[in-house]
Parts: sequence; C-alpha cells; structure tokens
Amino acid sequence: MPAAPQGIALASPLEIRGLRKRYGDNEVVAGIDLRLRPGECFTLLGPNGAGKTTTLRCALGLTRPSGGEIFLAGLPVPERAREARMRVGVVPQQDNLDPDFTCAENLLVYGRYFGLDDAAITARIPELLAFAGLESKRDARIQSLSGGMKRRLTLARALVNRPDLLILDEPTTGLDPQARHLIWERLKQLIRNGTTVLLTTHFMDEAERLADRLAILDAGRILTEGSPRDVIAAQIEAQVVEVYGDWNGTARNGTSGAQAWAEAHAGAFARRYEVSGETAFCYLDDAAPLMAHLAEQSGLRYLRRPANLEDVFLKLTGRDLRD
Amino acid sequence: MASTPLRSTFRAPHLSHRFVPVWQRNFLVWRKLALPSVLGNLADPMIYLFGLGFGIGMLVPEIGGVSYISFLAAGMVCSSTMNSASFEVLYSSFSRMHVQRTWDAIMNAPVDLDDIVFAELVWAASKALLSGVAILIVIAVFGLVDSRYVLWLLPLIFLVGLSFGALGLVMTALAPSYDFFMYYFTLFITPMTLISGVFFPAEQLPAAVQVAASLLPLAHAVELARPLLLGKLPDGILLHLAVLAAYGVGGFWVALGLTRRRLLG
Repeated sequence: MPAAPQGIALASPLEIRGLRKRYGDNEVVAGIDLRLRPGECFTLLGPNGAGKTTTLRCALGLTRPSGGEIFLAGLPVPERAREARMRVGVVPQQDNLDPDFTCAENLLVYGRYFGLDDAAITARIPELLAFAGLESKRDARIQSLSGGMKRRLTLARALVNRPDLLILDEPTTGLDPQARHLIWERLKQLIRNGTTVLLTTHFMDEAERLADRLAILDAGRILTEGSPRDVIAAQIEAQVVEVYGDWNGTARNGTSGAQAWAEAHAGAFARRYEVSGETAFCYLDDAAPLMAHLAEQSGLRYLRRPANLEDVFLKLTGRDLRD
Repeated sequence: MASTPLRSTFRAPHLSHRFVPVWQRNFLVWRKLALPSVLGNLADPMIYLFGLGFGIGMLVPEIGGVSYISFLAAGMVCSSTMNSASFEVLYSSFSRMHVQRTWDAIMNAPVDLDDIVFAELVWAASKALLSGVAILIVIAVFGLVDSRYVLWLLPLIFLVGLSFGALGLVMTALAPSYDFFMYYFTLFITPMTLISGVFFPAEQLPAAVQVAASLLPLAHAVELARPLLLGKLPDGILLHLAVLAAYGVGGFWVALGLTRRRLLG
C-alpha cells in the first residue's frame, strides 16, 4: 500500500456524527456516531433492519441523510462523496459482478471507473486474482464461478484502487464454512497491511474474529460499542448455563421440564435467567453451585459455556424474529 | 424519498467525462456479440422494407415522384433507429439497473448516477447509429440512396437515438418489471409509427392526427431523413432538429430525476 499523505493518514477514514435517516415516518437511522481509527477493523453488528446498510449507504453518499454529518476520507459527504470514494473499496451485500465479462474483464472495467488507465489495471490484475485465489479463473465467465469465488472476486474488485478504507456489507452471508474462512484470512491480511475495514454482519463469530472494535445496532441506534471482549465483560455475566430436557421434579403449578425447573430454582443460582422455547438460559458469574445442583437433578440436560457476543446481542436486541 | 425535496431530485444534470468508462463497459459487452446484434437489428427493418416495399410497391407505383420502396427506406431508417435506442434503454438498461445491479456496483466507485444515466443515453444513441449505418449500407447496395446528402443521416440517426433513448429512460426509471415496457410499445411507439409518415404520407390523415404526429419526435425525424436520402435538402430543418433535441434534453432531465428518486432515496 502506498503511504497516504500525512494529513489524511491522521484523519479518521470515516467519521459520522448524529446520523439520522427517515423514510416518511419511519426513522431507520436514529442518531449514530462513529469514528473509525486508521488501520482498525470496525464491525457494525445488528439484526435485519437495524439500519446497518442504510448507514453504509449514507456514508458512501448514495443517499442523503435526514440529519447529521459525515466525513469519508476526510471529505464531507454527500457534498464531496464522489471524490471520497476514490479512496474507498466496497463489497456490497448482493453480488453485482458483471455477468457479461470474465474475471479479468470485471477487474479491468471496474478499474476504469476510478480513472485508472488500462495498462496500470492490467499490470495489477494478476496480483488481484492471486489475492482472490482465482489465478486459474482469469478468463472464466462469472456464471461458472461458485458463490465463494464470486465473493472473492468482488473483494478483489474492491481493491483495484488500493483503498485506504474497505467497506463490506455482510461479506460472508450465504457462504459455506470453507469459503467464509478464506474470506476472513484475506481480510486479516488486509488489516495487517494497514487497510481500515468497516464491515457489517449478523454473524457473531465473524465479529469476534475480525473486529478490533464493534458496535451493536438496533432500531437505528448504537446500543453498545467497544472491543468484543470489553463489550462482553461490560454487558453480560461471565458464564452461561443452558438447561433443557425433561425435569422429573414438579413445580408448584404442576408443569415439568426445563421451564418448570427454571421457575422453581434458576433464580436461586443465576443473576439473570430467561426461558426461550424448551431451554432455560442462566447467566451467572460463578457456575459451580448451579452445576452441583444440576448434577443432582434427573432428566435435565445442561451445557456450560463462557458468555459470548451472541449472548450480549440477544440480551440487547431481544429474541424476537426480525423478518 | 419523501424527505428529498422535488427541486433537488430534479436539479440540473451534472455531467462529466466520467460517463466514458460506463459507455466503454457497454461497448465491450456489445463487441462480444456484435455480429448477431447487428444482424438481429437489421433483419426486422429489412423484412418490412422489402416485404412492404415490393408488395405494396406493386399497388402503389409512386409516392411524390419516387418508388414506394424508396419512400419507405427513410421511414425504415428512422423507425429502426427509434426501436434500437428504445430497446437498449428499456430492456438492457433496466437489466443493468434492476436485475444485474451493475449500476449499484458502478456507484460504489467514484462515478455518479448522473454519469451512469448519461452513459446509457449516449450508448443507446451509439448503438442506434451502429444499426442505422448497417441499414444505410444495405439500402445503398440496393440503390435506394442518393449519395449527395447521405452522410448527414449519421448525425441525424445519432440525434434520433438520443431523443428516443431519453424518452425510454423515463419508462425505465418508472418500470417495476420488464412487462411494463410492452405498454410503452403498444400504446406509444406503434401508434406513433403509424401516424408519422413511416409507411405512408401523413398528409392523408385527419388534421387532428397530423397535429398529434407533429408534436411527437418520429415525424420530425422522418421529415429530415426522407429528403436527405433522396438527395434533397429538407424544409424547416431547424424546427425538426429543435423538436428532436427538446425531446432528448427534456426526456433525459426527467428520466434522471426519476432515476435519482428511485435509486438514491
């Protein structure tokens, strides 16, 4: 990566203050503040409809915010969004590679949109294809690529202008585990080389793996922000015990099963518990007394594990489906 | 959408040289399929020209001092230019905008929607020119062209392509799906073709129909193309050019506003 001029290197690659976006009476983004640090991976985590994609669209100048200020690559957006996008690469949620072209042609045609000359792009194509693991697919048509290959080519396409900031909207949705891991490896490589990465996801493992910092978003607001570890520590108890199966004991109201057990006993051990379907989730700092109690119950099955980001996410955004 | 004021949505187009790589993209796709594309664009007008030209030509010996097929040739050049530009901005542009999401990809690069829509317009006119030239060559081979002013048809075809490209882009901006375009052809393009002097002189139509035709672009294209093909200078050149240009500029302005509302809301 070429070194950025001093002034730009010190500025935040993306700064958002008080961002709001309304569609009619529906406020999709309701006051978001973000400040990316150069070279970090920042993750926006949220359920469907939380406002992640709208936030990205505003940041790129593709839709006009109802309020707030945005600076992308140090330039005000949407006023100078086009210039700012010179410094940015984007991997969109939906694949939009050009189906009429081969892999190499996709890169060439996309590089031209940045005003790069053909010789410069052509010289860079082998490097980009190698990065995407698609050296042998140079002249293959897009239809012949697997989902994972298309994502990798989209990632390579986003790097054609050597961006300072790479924005990815749910980059691994719909990919199999092998393909996801390969994308993560490539992203880590980019982050190590100094590219700032902003990604949205609803996969907790993706956020925990990649993010230096993350923000959990719901209903257009940031609910919490920090490093994955700090967010977990600040928001939730250290241990989780999941209890399910048949309980042979009987609750006062005559019901049985994990729910009945939870109503009868969970409160005595866990700081907090909740029942979802057939499972009781107990959140506690010290799981030992509960584990001892559970060992004496017959019929119940249980699983003890450290709290993770998903627990935080569900605590903050609830368990209701977001369709 | 509702939060964006109308004046800002329909603000003046902001054009730049950045439309060029988008035009190049479309050209590169076309080049891969150039031969079938040109032949395909050629077949339809040729079937009409020779089918009607010889068939009706036997019943109608002359129109305005020329054979029917010579009369029809200018009409075919204009209507196939119109069709070529319209098909491109309707089906192909819609596919790039809505189905393949090619425009979304381009807008993530430092290219604005204004540049993209302008590139689509210029590309549609370019493609119309490519098929128009093919038709001109064929009718020249059959001796239906007076060579004196024939080269003036090239800028004229391009302009007609711009006019109909711009009108078509308005439809594309509004279309929920491909089916929508059928209405445009059956309710607008086909009736206009019949009243604009493509197949027969418009003077024999009722006055009201003639007025309607004179308000639409195709009749003006035919009024320019027919004399030029027959080696004469047209009457009222400036008026005809002005109408075609007005449809081009006005159509593009409206289409761009509607497309901004659709994609940047």
